[in-house]
Amino acid sequence: MLESLLFIIMSLITIACAIGVVFQKNPVYSAVFLIQTMVSLAVLYVLLHAQFVAAVQVMVYAGAIMVIFVFVIMLLNLNKDELEGDRNKMPLQKPAAIILGLILVVMIGILMTRATFSGAEGEYTPEVMDQIGNTQLVGKMLFTKYVLPFEIASILLFAAIVGAIVLAKKQIIKEEK
Amino acid sequence: MAVPLTWYLVLSGILFSIGTVGVLINRNALVIFMSIELMLNAVNLAFVTFSRQQNSMDGQIFVFFIMTVAAAEAVVGLAIIIALFRNKATINVDDINIMKW
Repeated sequence: MLESLLFIIMSLITIACAIGVVFQKNPVYSAVFLIQTMVSLAVLYVLLHAQFVAAVQVMVYAGAIMVIFVFVIMLLNLNKDELEGDRNKMPLQKPAAIILGLILVVMIGILMTRATFSGAEGEYTPEVMDQIGNTQLVGKMLFTKYVLPFEIASILLFAAIVGAIVLAKKQIIKEEK
Repeated sequence: MAVPLTWYLVLSGILFSIGTVGVLINRNALVIFMSIELMLNAVNLAFVTFSRQQNSMDGQIFVFFIMTVAAAEAVVGLAIIIALFRNKATINVDDINIMKW
């Protein structure tokens, strides 16, 4: 009962904040709404017995990624016209996009409620997970079954760091001009 | 199981659709990026839900990798936005059409 109540409250907050992200004119407000969306999603992960994912969600998404976003917004220091954007060029764009979004909601809703998702049941029931510990299980999986993707992820992050420095470096942009 | 897992999947679908609408209606490249993050988060929620449904850990490991990719994507994308802003002094996607011929 308490779980259902928590789910309903958190999902309403999540949806409201997600709509706020999309329809806010000021990107700073969008970023704040997105942070709230991610934190309430972290609560939902805890409800789903995924404590490690919830902690990483708060640290990586709400912490690191959103800090980069806010940092870039502040760095660019956009004026008001830039923030508002030119919304009058295509008057039908907004209603058409919202109608398409509603159709997408209905389609995904039908798919999720009608389809039966079945497969091989794993051994990690919530009871087992609580006994061993979610984080320990994730760590064990990462370094046994998924050790190659894990290493590739580190290479990907390294490439992203190098790419970001190369792209945002001033001299190289000037040379390309 | 107090909350049916279908509810989580429907919530994930709603979030994904909101993200799609955000990509379609916004002209600010930064907000478009945030909408993409929203869509990635919706997919993460679906992965964790399926992982819970199947009593398996694989979904949560996938979420871990999606987060890695999302971080890399955000960093490179924001670097591109900074480079574009330096060159064209705008991040409105209507004005950024140098690759359109």
